[in-house]
Amino acid sequence: MTTQAMIESDTFQAAFEALDTQSPLHELRSKGFERFRELGFPTRRDEEWRYTNIKPITTTTFKPASGSITKESITPYTLSDTSCHQMVFVNGRFAAELSDVGTLEAGVRLESIATISESSFDMIAPHLGSCAEIEREVFTALNTAFIEDGLFLLVPRDVDLEKPVHVIFITTLGSAAVVTHPRILIVAEENSRATIIETYGSDGDGVCLTNPVTEIIVGENAIIDHYKIEQESEEAYHISSLNVRQHRSSNVTSHNYSFGGRLVRNNLNCALDDEGCEATFNGLTIGHGRQHVDNYLRIDHNKPNCNSWEYYKTVLDDQSRGVFCGRIYVAPDAQKTDAKQTSMNLLLSEEASITTMPQLDIFADDVKCTHGATIGQIEESQLFYLQSRGIDKVAAKTLLIYAFANETIAEIKIEELRTRLERVLLDRLPRGELLQGGL
Amino acid sequence: MTMLEIRNLHASIEGKEILKGIDLVVNAGEVHSIMGPNGSGKSTLARVLAGEACYEVTEGEILFKGKNLLDLEPDERAREGVFMAFQYPVEVPGVSTKYFLKASVNAMRKHRGLDELDAFDFLELIKEKLKLVHMDESLLDRAVNEGFSGGEKKRAEIFQMAMLDPCLGVLDETDSGLDIDALRIVAEGVNKLRGPDRSFILITHYQRLLNYVVPDFVHVLLDGRIVRSGGKELALELEENGYSFINGEINEPVSV
Ligand SMILES: Nc1ncnc2c1ncn2[C@@H]1O[C@H](COP(=O)(O)OP(=O)(O)OP(=O)(O)O)[C@@H](O)[C@H]1O
Ligand SMILES: [Mg+2]
Repeated sequence: MTTQAMIESDTFQAAFEALDTQSPLHELRSKGFERFRELGFPTRRDEEWRYTNIKPITTTTFKPASGSITKESITPYTLSDTSCHQMVFVNGRFAAELSDVGTLEAGVRLESIATISESSFDMIAPHLGSCAEIEREVFTALNTAFIEDGLFLLVPRDVDLEKPVHVIFITTLGSAAVVTHPRILIVAEENSRATIIETYGSDGDGVCLTNPVTEIIVGENAIIDHYKIEQESEEAYHISSLNVRQHRSSNVTSHNYSFGGRLVRNNLNCALDDEGCEATFNGLTIGHGRQHVDNYLRIDHNKPNCNSWEYYKTVLDDQSRGVFCGRIYVAPDAQKTDAKQTSMNLLLSEEASITTMPQLDIFADDVKCTHGATIGQIEESQLFYLQSRGIDKVAAKTLLIYAFANETIAEIKIEELRTRLERVLLDRLPRGELLQGGL
Repeated sequence: MTMLEIRNLHASIEGKEILKGIDLVVNAGEVHSIMGPNGSGKSTLARVLAGEACYEVTEGEILFKGKNLLDLEPDERAREGVFMAFQYPVEVPGVSTKYFLKASVNAMRKHRGLDELDAFDFLELIKEKLKLVHMDESLLDRAVNEGFSGGEKKRAEIFQMAMLDPCLGVLDETDSGLDIDALRIVAEGVNKLRGPDRSFILITHYQRLLNYVVPDFVHVLLDGRIVRSGGKELALELEENGYSFINGEINEPVSV
């Protein structure tokens, strides 16, 4: 462990000691904290963190986030009440007054982890921490050390959860740097179906570290549609970890949208643990200013006949930086694996930069693994064509960026979410208001 | 009224001079045809008129309705009323043709001090202009020019021209690669748009288009210069004899 990490873990030590040791969660937390101390924070010498410098995080002292907010503060993030089951967490804590769980299908459990761990800990105990790797990921270990609250969703066998679950994590920001460790646990039993949207937002401006960990356990033949939307303050540090474990013939689609944050790292681990699984991961990153967004995906094809698709797009302006690293592991007996990876990048300024890397570890011989990456600027010929039809240069550029980026939004099945994200995207583009409503 | 006046225009690309002193006057209502062998600079002239940035104008000037065209950005030129139908229309994936047209039409209207069209009036306008080129509305649901056949692209250019109502239409080989039916449709479209306030420059290799759209003047462009100008008969002459018969006269350009 580096000296810096020592100092940091000492600040976290105090916070850890302040936790309630009587909580049924505490045993798991202790394991997490122990592992966190063993691992220490990574540096750029660590292969997996070569392109992302987390020094700004390790040199900041974070306090636990606290405070409350009004309904108005969450409206930029919400979908209409009737269209989803809404769970809101403020500073990591469930806010019942801002949430609207609505009516759930029989047997479905949608609760805060704090609540369920008190009332029926047995229900979550076998799953919590079962697919999030504290062994390898220090931020997951850190999250685990501080699990207090979060979302628990259980969709029983054969149940179709009709409406999406929308979970919103809001942190109130101010002069002091604050930290939250949101946790999400989703158990989709055999032949069930669910849609989950995770939204991260801020109330006010300031520095924070948001360190969420999501675990999705996908039963045989279950279908999961998952969205993660990062819309925090541009001073926020955000290190997330999505962990998916798929059983036979299950189907998972996860979309990652990164708009906010100063330094964002999205870890994604997907284990295809049985035959016939489909996994699709789409991403869109829009960076400007000095934003840094790193998407680190790892897909483990552990069994034969599974397909995985990764399709990530990045648009970077100003001095922003992006990283895409897609690791595909194919186990020796995972024959007939079909894995396709695409990383498409649009750089809008000379100073913006992207690092894109496929990494293939293939130990089976009858597999199809392809990867492709493009890095480009706005096509001059297209710009001229639009201008030659009377559209001014800024609007023409905006239109072209929008066209590039919107492909990943256009396929969102939830209409309200799609419209909302189109708006968020346009807000980020120069003169985007010109295009509002017109598309 | 003089629509366009080009004086001693020299233009180069990547340091290579392509246009070597072009003089051309186009009055309102006139149709001029420019012919010339491959590589003689026809598209360069069209693109310089439209304002493509990669061409450098090293000498000369272009006046459009009395304004110095070279001072204007491509979009400003378009709003002033210059329209170029591209020899190779550009595909713009992800941008819906309808949205693009609406943005374009409204940019023009705003410039002319008119209100923006609402969705209803816009669709009416589309329907009316589609008829002109016998184009199917479903094409407009696709991305701009994406997956259009060669002929569809050319027709779409004429359709766009009709939508934008320009003062000067510069058609760069809009007839090339069209079958005879499509050629007739394109020619008919141009003829319907002809009028006392609108001028055309038709760049073509073939006399055939000129059977349908009869030009007032024909110019021969050779190696960056207009080496010969005449009436519509000149096109027939070229069709029969090729450009070789002009080569001998290069040093004595005939003026109209
Ligand atoms: N980007 C470029 N760099 C260098 N030379 C170029 C470039 N673009 C065009 N040229 C040259 O400019 C000259 C004129 O080209 P232009 O396209 O204007 O000819 P054209 O008369 O339209 O020919 P065509 O009948 O084949 O359409 C050609 O010699 C061509 O090779
Ligand atoms: Mg040409």
